[in-house]
Amino acid sequence: METYELEKIARDVRRTVLQEVHAAGSGHPGGSLSAADIMTALYFEVMNIDPQDPAKEDRDKFVLSKGHAAPVLYAVLAHRGFFPVEDCLTLRKIGSRFQGHPNMHKVPGVEMSTGSLGQGFSVAVGMALAAKTDHPDSRVYALLGDGEIQEGIIWEAAMAAAHYHLSNMTAIVDWNGLQIDGRNDDVMTVRPIDEKFKAFGWNVILCDGHDMAAVVDALKASAACKDKPTAIIASTHKGQGVSFMTDDPGWHGKAPDDEQFARAMEELGGEA
Amino acid sequence: MADKMATREAYGQVLLELGEQYDNLVVMDADLSGSTKTKDFGKKYPERFYNMGIAEQDLMGAAAGLALSGKIVCASSFAMFAAGRAFEVIRNSIGYTGANVKICATHAGITVGEDGASHQTFEDLAIMRTIPGMTVLCPSDGPSAKALIRQAVAMDGPCYIRLGRSAVPNVYAEDEELTIGKGVTLREGLAVTLAATGIMVDAALKAADILAGEGIDARVIDLHTIKPLDEDIVIKAAMETGGIVTCEEHSVIGGLGSAVASVLATKCPTRMAMVGQQDTFGESGKPAELLEKYHLTADDIAAAARTIVHGR
Repeated sequence: METYELEKIARDVRRTVLQEVHAAGSGHPGGSLSAADIMTALYFEVMNIDPQDPAKEDRDKFVLSKGHAAPVLYAVLAHRGFFPVEDCLTLRKIGSRFQGHPNMHKVPGVEMSTGSLGQGFSVAVGMALAAKTDHPDSRVYALLGDGEIQEGIIWEAAMAAAHYHLSNMTAIVDWNGLQIDGRNDDVMTVRPIDEKFKAFGWNVILCDGHDMAAVVDALKASAACKDKPTAIIASTHKGQGVSFMTDDPGWHGKAPDDEQFARAMEELGGEA
Repeated sequence: MADKMATREAYGQVLLELGEQYDNLVVMDADLSGSTKTKDFGKKYPERFYNMGIAEQDLMGAAAGLALSGKIVCASSFAMFAAGRAFEVIRNSIGYTGANVKICATHAGITVGEDGASHQTFEDLAIMRTIPGMTVLCPSDGPSAKALIRQAVAMDGPCYIRLGRSAVPNVYAEDEELTIGKGVTLREGLAVTLAATGIMVDAALKAADILAGEGIDARVIDLHTIKPLDEDIVIKAAMETGGIVTCEEHSVIGGLGSAVASVLATKCPTRMAMVGQQDTFGESGKPAELLEKYHLTADDIAAAARTIVHGR
């Protein structure tokens, strides 16, 4: 797919994120918008998946370790054809398949139920261990928040992935610099993220997480490393695409009101 | 045939047999494979053995990932760290997903002995049984450990299996068939019921002998499955004997005693006494010394039974 086509899809995905969160009246727009380009690149250009056969044996797997970004996972799966876009507008409503944090048994295409930070990454390591022997051509991708890497289990899992030479695994750190209580640098310093992963035995790639061509290149390059797992440290902006949400930790877990929603949709080039 | 064996030894042995039977069985450990007895499986099937290092949270997370990729996973560490430290990973990544992981946790209870309080867990059954869909097993001896582990591996879904460090006398014959969820009446009696789990089953049988010498005819049942609890055998025993003493090498808070009390309080109110760890930490010592000090012996069970029988 051409870069401009992916960029257009990412815009649609962002709009769907806002529609979901606005309809729900709660949820996590900031970290969903920061990951929208990465998620679009994965699902529309990089991963071997089939919406008609979500459980096909040799598929690539994606684990949303930062499970609170559920709105962007649902949006990208919907646009990719796993289910109708309007379905995920029931996000967070009682009886909905679209739980506040993803449930693998309710939504086709969701590989792992996540939400408790750090665990998805560890589960992805287990999936990569299994894939290494059973499906050597498939890859496992995990998206991590930058705040999430404060969890101890992340480094346990990082150590294990390198120890077992899981070159079939790519972790992407959505480095938007913010977490609920504020800037990472104020809450708990995570820098230098790249040096940490290198020290843990990972191949590290830095990229601009909003430059679609760069994101696609980084993801494809990660598959070329044959002896180590790869961490892509993607520089992003929380709330990217909506001016008044950008780089504001206040939009970590808050829904826009009607007026804010209309403005956001307008900025993203569409009607509310 | 050994007439005494630690349940962890039985686990190590049955793994070798199961490894042959199930191509998709993998075993994981957290740097305790010599103690948990998974080491022999690792030697025989190195490509299906993963040592995750001293990292119990990742042990459970990666176990979930392997299980969700089609493996049957036996994940082992000491019960303190498997159930305790990794609780929330088990709850969210194994319980909530229904991942086919068998948590085979060794060195449970006071009979860890000399290592002392930091390693003696009395909380594991309590926290594991609160997880929806988690089957919780506590075998009493080598043969029952093998029988229950075989069944746990054959069934789909998460299981917690509590195993011990110390050698314990065989209660069952080597080829005994047990069924998950079905308690076993080991001795008939009508005066009182001793409902035991784990290594306390043997103590309960000895207590029944003591009581028999006093003319008290005690029934002994083995509740090797803490969840789903065999409610029928508990209610039948309550109705027929009128009093139940629960016996466990675990806290009286949240374990077998609590599980039995819940059933009886709601369905068949009955006099009860609970023999177990009394809301206190343990300490270093020889297993037998500790069992005595913390009132987990046949004599303690017999004394509890007398209070019920004579209190009527």
